[in-house]
Amino acid sequence: MSNQNNDPIRLATAHGRFLGSVVIRGGRVIDPGQGIDAITDIAVRDGFVDSVGIGIDAPPGAQVIDARGLIVTPGFVDLHTHLREPGFEYRETIATGTAAAAAGGFTTVCAMPNTEPAIDTTAVVDFIRDTARRQGSVRVYVIGAITRGRKGKALADLIELATAGVVAYSDDGDCVTDSALMRNALAYSRTTGRPVVQHAEDRALTTGAQMHEGSVSARLGLAGWPRAAEEIIVARDCELAALTGAHLHVAHVSSAGTLDFIRRARSRGVHVTAEVTPHHLTLTDTLVGGHWWSATASLPAYDTSTKVNPPLRETPDSLAMAAGLRDGVIDCIATDHAPHATTDKHCEYQAAASGISNLETALGSVLAVVHAGGLTLVEAIAALTIRPARVFGLASGTLLPGMAGDVTIFDPDREWCVDPTQFRSKGRNTPLAGHILRGQVIQTIVGGEVICDRSA
Amino acid sequence: MRRKDVLDLDDFTPDELREVLETTAAMKEVLARPIRRVPPLRGKTIVNCFYEASTRTRVSFELAAKNLSADVVNITASGSSVEKGETLIDTTRTLQALGADMVIMRHGASGAPYLVARELDASIINAGDGWHAHPTQALLDLFTVQSRLGSIEGRRVAIVGDILHSRVARSATWGFTTLGAQVVLCAPPTLLPIGFADAVSTGLRAKGISTPCPVTMTHDVDEALRDADVVMALRVQRERMDAGLLPSLREYSREWGITRERIAKARFGALVMHPGPMNEGVEISPEVAYGPQSVIEAQVTNGVAVRMAVMYLLAGGRAGPAV
Repeated sequence: MSNQNNDPIRLATAHGRFLGSVVIRGGRVIDPGQGIDAITDIAVRDGFVDSVGIGIDAPPGAQVIDARGLIVTPGFVDLHTHLREPGFEYRETIATGTAAAAAGGFTTVCAMPNTEPAIDTTAVVDFIRDTARRQGSVRVYVIGAITRGRKGKALADLIELATAGVVAYSDDGDCVTDSALMRNALAYSRTTGRPVVQHAEDRALTTGAQMHEGSVSARLGLAGWPRAAEEIIVARDCELAALTGAHLHVAHVSSAGTLDFIRRARSRGVHVTAEVTPHHLTLTDTLVGGHWWSATASLPAYDTSTKVNPPLRETPDSLAMAAGLRDGVIDCIATDHAPHATTDKHCEYQAAASGISNLETALGSVLAVVHAGGLTLVEAIAALTIRPARVFGLASGTLLPGMAGDVTIFDPDREWCVDPTQFRSKGRNTPLAGHILRGQVIQTIVGGEVICDRSA
Repeated sequence: MRRKDVLDLDDFTPDELREVLETTAAMKEVLARPIRRVPPLRGKTIVNCFYEASTRTRVSFELAAKNLSADVVNITASGSSVEKGETLIDTTRTLQALGADMVIMRHGASGAPYLVARELDASIINAGDGWHAHPTQALLDLFTVQSRLGSIEGRRVAIVGDILHSRVARSATWGFTTLGAQVVLCAPPTLLPIGFADAVSTGLRAKGISTPCPVTMTHDVDEALRDADVVMALRVQRERMDAGLLPSLREYSREWGITRERIAKARFGALVMHPGPMNEGVEISPEVAYGPQSVIEAQVTNGVAVRMAVMYLLAGGRAGPAV
């Protein structure tokens, strides 16, 4: 999109019809939603999956894609994306955020409501859906606020929001701290069946907190964010979900201990789901003290690209996240794509905004866990496709005939160097700059239209 | 000294520390002359950039710079463009454009000098950043102990006070342990930085220093003082009480205050130190602060010599007496 980009990628822009036809031949199709893992072909006709099978006919006018040697999967689904529009267009817009999604293999994103104004009325939901239809590169679902203005005082009109099309509720960025309000949000959400997504952070324990509380924060003299601040809220919310019978979804789990509370609630039949981010799967707090990715690429101490909420934790936590994905305590991977402008990050650590621009590095990060043996390829793909789709009840994440023809094709072994200046996102805030990731998206197809193409 | 900046002592080798201490001794000798001014920094511009109020540290740096014949400019946060919302990066770029040779910086945010050091060609000396580091204070503590006790290796240094929020304690711990001393950090449990002892052990191993148990942390002041060669008290601020970290200064004083009775538990002739400013009667009793074992005034005097040494070495000077 920018003429400064050297990354050989062709990215379609505003169209939003997603009614193309394509046939993808010879790739290894992995669709955990149908239990498929085989070398086969896929045909998408006029936007929808037509058939899967060796030697199927190409629909009329279909583009033919040779995917030999590549992995072909349902388009990735992200339950946690900050598109920043309306209100923070200097950080990201629906156009740039969805372009970044396409570049990263995501064909469906769920927009978080910490915008300005917050997504707490039909008007804002409509604005995002309209803008996405006109300018978006991928499909955009909307998450509505739990409380009016995300202020944590009074419930938003949850039924009205559901009618307008929101797929879940969240005050993400802020925790619903008031226990009675959270109980009421969960109870009331049963009228619409939409999950309540909690950003679990007991603010009394995180006043001034900049990073994970541990030996690195002690050394750097930065106020710590203890694991307990997350675990306490998750423990409380599990009890409230049990009390109300509602669906609680725990956003961005960061602490190993949190998984014990979720596991315990699940075993009692409480409807609790959870997500983990690529960075909590792969990175730890030691990065804040400075890190060498290679002989030439380094992260200096106090680099604000490492500041994220919840914070990067320790190795046992990141290992527990992969184990949680394997055994199902964690349902899915969600990016928590949080783009920021340079000015938000080019400042003192304690003044910096929290968040990582994640959509374009997510696959490479997740595949690092696969390459290291922490997850199988099939488990990783399930956590990016069918599993998140099921958490929010979205009609995507699998390539059953009749479903939307959203497909991601990637090379699991192609190495590339993360260069944030090449990002489609306006947010260049990543601690991975200069790091070599193994695994890159080759083509992203939305409704049979090739939106992103690196095959050249 | 082969470095651009002095941000903390965590990345100093024992040899680098010894080089600074040796040069400090030469500077002490300069300070004893009738005319204290020597020429090595003539024509250099040093900017004192203080985002936090400070009298003693700022004056100490200013005197040190002037003794080396540098031109000194003082910037304080109040009354400057900082008050009008200028960001740290803006200020840094201005300093770069104006051509400062060296910037002395104090800032309330841990790590702020690291950000500036990456942007500026000039040398940065950290004069205190948040809770993180205060390397010249630690160097003057090292120099004071070395000149009074003759050695640092194998000594036992007890630091008592609000360790969690103390840049002095952190930098002093790196300095003393890098030279082979053992440090005991003592505070109420709410004011101890969880994990700091591990961080220092790991950091020292990376430097090839293998002192057994270089740092211990305890809330038992009698245990901390036992056999100590050096006892350093730190200021305890009233705001810690307001934040719920301490029940009262009265209880703190009774349980952790450095008194004559307590100091008797330390080794005979142990040094008493305090980075100032003191709350007399809270963390330290006046009879100890002004008693025969106190080297608190010497710390202040040595501060000028240490800062002269650091500036001199950063400007490319060689260690030794040839100033």
